[in-house]
Amino acid sequence: MPTKDTAATRYSGLSEITTDNVKDLRVAFTFSTGVNKGHEGAPLVVGGSMFIISPYPNIVYALDLTRPGAPLKWQYNPKPDASSQGVACCDVVNRGPTYSDGRLFFTTLDAHVVALDAETGREAWNVKLGEINRGETMTMAPLVVKDKVIVGISGGEYGVRGWIQALDAADGKSLWKAYSTGPDRDVKIGAEFKPFYEQDRGQDLGVATWPPNAWEIGGGTVWGFTTYDPELDLIFHGTANPGPWNPNQRPGDNKWTNTVFARDPDTGEARWAYQWNPHDLHDWDGINENILVDVEWQGKTRKALVHPDRNGLVYLLDRTTGEVLSANFYHPVNTHQGVDLKTGRIKINAGKYPHENEVIRDVCPTAPGAKDWSPSSFSHQTGLLYIPHNNLCMDWESTEANYIAGTPYVGAEVRMHAGPGGHRGELSAWDVVAGKEVWTIKERFPVWGGTLATAGGLIFYGNMEGWFKAADARTGEVLWQFKTSSGIIGQPTTYRGPDGKQYVAILSGVGGWAGSIVSGDLDPRDGTAALGFVNAMADLKDVTTKGGTLYAFALP
Amino acid sequence: MKRLPPIAAALVFLSACEREDREFRPSPVAGEGDAAIALSSIAPGPGGTEMRADTGKAYEENAYHLSEGKRLFTWFNCKGCHANGGGGSGPALMDDRWIYGGEFQNIVQSIGEGRPNGMPSFRGKIPDELIMQIAGYVRSMGRHVPMDAAPGRNDDLMPRPSEHRLPSSPAVTGGTVPPSGQAPQ
Repeated sequence: MPTKDTAATRYSGLSEITTDNVKDLRVAFTFSTGVNKGHEGAPLVVGGSMFIISPYPNIVYALDLTRPGAPLKWQYNPKPDASSQGVACCDVVNRGPTYSDGRLFFTTLDAHVVALDAETGREAWNVKLGEINRGETMTMAPLVVKDKVIVGISGGEYGVRGWIQALDAADGKSLWKAYSTGPDRDVKIGAEFKPFYEQDRGQDLGVATWPPNAWEIGGGTVWGFTTYDPELDLIFHGTANPGPWNPNQRPGDNKWTNTVFARDPDTGEARWAYQWNPHDLHDWDGINENILVDVEWQGKTRKALVHPDRNGLVYLLDRTTGEVLSANFYHPVNTHQGVDLKTGRIKINAGKYPHENEVIRDVCPTAPGAKDWSPSSFSHQTGLLYIPHNNLCMDWESTEANYIAGTPYVGAEVRMHAGPGGHRGELSAWDVVAGKEVWTIKERFPVWGGTLATAGGLIFYGNMEGWFKAADARTGEVLWQFKTSSGIIGQPTTYRGPDGKQYVAILSGVGGWAGSIVSGDLDPRDGTAALGFVNAMADLKDVTTKGGTLYAFALP
Repeated sequence: MKRLPPIAAALVFLSACEREDREFRPSPVAGEGDAAIALSSIAPGPGGTEMRADTGKAYEENAYHLSEGKRLFTWFNCKGCHANGGGGSGPALMDDRWIYGGEFQNIVQSIGEGRPNGMPSFRGKIPDELIMQIAGYVRSMGRHVPMDAAPGRNDDLMPRPSEHRLPSSPAVTGGTVPPSGQAPQ
C-alpha cells in the first residue's frame, strides 16, 4: 500500500542506504508514464514487480524488476470518461494503487473502482460508484482491510455528498456505505457511537447542524489515506470540507464535515468522531493523514493518532476514545487560537470571519491549508514526524454560490500569497510528544509531495522545482539531491529489489492543485485562477514544465 | 460665454445617449446553431477556411450585453472552473490560446454543446440569448471587444486589471495541445 503499513508511518526498515553513503545514490532506471498531469501516486513494489498509476487517464503500468532496466510487463487502460476531467477541482490526480492477495486495486477519475490480477493485468472486476454528472470523481488510494476494499468519493467543490464505502475484494460488491452528512442511520451512527466531546454528541447532527436540506449537497467527501489498527479493529478516516466554501450559506456546525471517524471495518459503524473544524470557514478538509503511533504521554503509553491538519495544528489524539491530548501550531495562524482542550473546540478569531462580500486580507493559513493531502512520515528511529507543508496566506471574499449539479459549488474569491518569510513551503521534523518543531527545511514552493523515512536515518522528499532530496532525519541537513525532469508532487517509495539491493523510487510530474498553473497551463495574470493558488505560484512556469517520469535510484 | 457650459453638457449628454442600443428583448430569430464555423485553420483547396469575424458583433460591442455576460459568468458557475479568466480545472480564457477556437461562434458552441474533455453542455439549460451574452463576455477577457464596451471595475475582489484595461491578446492557431492529444495511445 502507498502508506507502507496500515498505520501509515511511511517508515521503512531498510538501511542499506545510509547518511554516509547516500551521496553516491544514482539513477538505476526511469520510465515515462506518457501523461502530462500531476503525478501524486506512489510507486508500489510487490515481489518482482513495480506498479504505478498515472493521473487521468489512470493507466496502470507493471514493470518487471527482475530484468535489467525494469521493462514494461503489462499495462492496463481503464479508459475513463474524458468528461470527468471537467469535474476534478484540482488537477486530475490519482494517489496510487493498493495491493492485496494477488490483486491490485485502484480508483479512476470517473468514479470506478477496479481490481486487476497483479500478475497479468487482467481485470477481475470493475464497479462504478459515482456519477460525474453530479460532480463525483475518485482520486484516493484504496485501503484493503480484511478482504474489504475501503474507498471514498471526491468532489467537495461540487456539492457532492461524501461517503466511504467497503467493497468485497473478491467481486467488488458493496458491503457497507457510510455518508458524511445526513441522518444518523446514513452516517452509520448507532448505539456504539461514543464521541469524547459534548460538541459531537446528539441525535441526527448530520441534519440538525445544517440549514434545511443543505446536508444533501453538503460535501464531507472522503479522499485521504485511511488507516487501520488491527488490535482495536478500527479504521480511521477523515471527511473533507463542507459545500459551499462560503460559510454564510450554511450556518451551523455542518456535521460531519472536517471530521475524523473511527469505524468498525466489518460493519462501518462509527465508534467515535471528532470534528476538527466545525462550521468550516476556509475549505479546511479534515482528510489529512491519521498516523497511528503509540506514545509515552505523561508517564503512560497511549495509543495515539497524529494528524497535521489544514488549520495549522498537529493534533495528538487518543485513538481509542478520540480525546485530544495536544494540538500545537506548525504554521503561522491568525484565524484561530488553537483548541480548547476542555471542550475540544477550536477557538475562532472573529476578526477574520469571512462575512459575505467583504474582502478579508492576510488570512493564514490558506484554503489548501497549512498542509494539504501531502502525507507525512513517522520514523520509529527518531520518534519524529516529517511534515511536508505550505507557508501561505490569502485574501478571501465570500460570495453567493449557486448550486448547479455537476458545476463548482464554491462561492469564494481567493488569492494566495507567500506566508511570513517569503518562502512558500517547508519540510518540518516534528516532535509529536513535545508538540514542537525540531528542524525545518525551507522551500521556495509548497512541498506538495509525500515524505519517506528509512532506518538508514534518512528522509526522502521532492520539491516542485524537480529536486528529489535525501535529508538527515536527525538534523535536516540535505545530504543528496537529484534534479528530475519535472516538479515533484508524488510519494517516495523504498524497496529491496530482486537483486537484494535497496532502491528509492519517485514519480516526477508537476501538477495537483498547487502545480495546476503548469499542468493546466493557467494564466498567472489572474490571481484567482486555480481557486486562488495561481497568485502564489506565478513563477512556477519559469522553473518547471509538465511530464510524468518514474525515477528509481540505487547505490552503485 | 455663460451659455456654453450648458450647451456642452447637453451635447455630451445627448451623444452619450447615442453610444449604443440596448436590446432588452432578444431577437426571436437569434439562434446559436446556424452559423458554420471551422475548427481548423486548414481546408483542402484554395482559399483556406472561412472565417466569420462579424458574428457576435451585436453582443461584443454592446456594454449592456457584456456586463450581463459578466454577471451570468458567475451566476452559472463558469467562474468555478475558469476563474476570472485565468482558468482552473478548465482552461484559461484570457490568454491567446483556444483549444476549440476563439471566435464568438466557437465559444457559443463550446457553451451550448460542451466539449469532450470536461466542458459541460449547457444546451437547454441556459437560454440562447444568455449564452451569447456569456460568449461576448468571454471574448472581453482577451479584449477581443471594443475597450469602451468592455466591463470596468469588479464589485468584488479585483483579481487582475478590469476587462477594459486588459491588453488585447489575438488568438493564435498554434501553441496548445488539447487534452485529448496528451494521453498516451
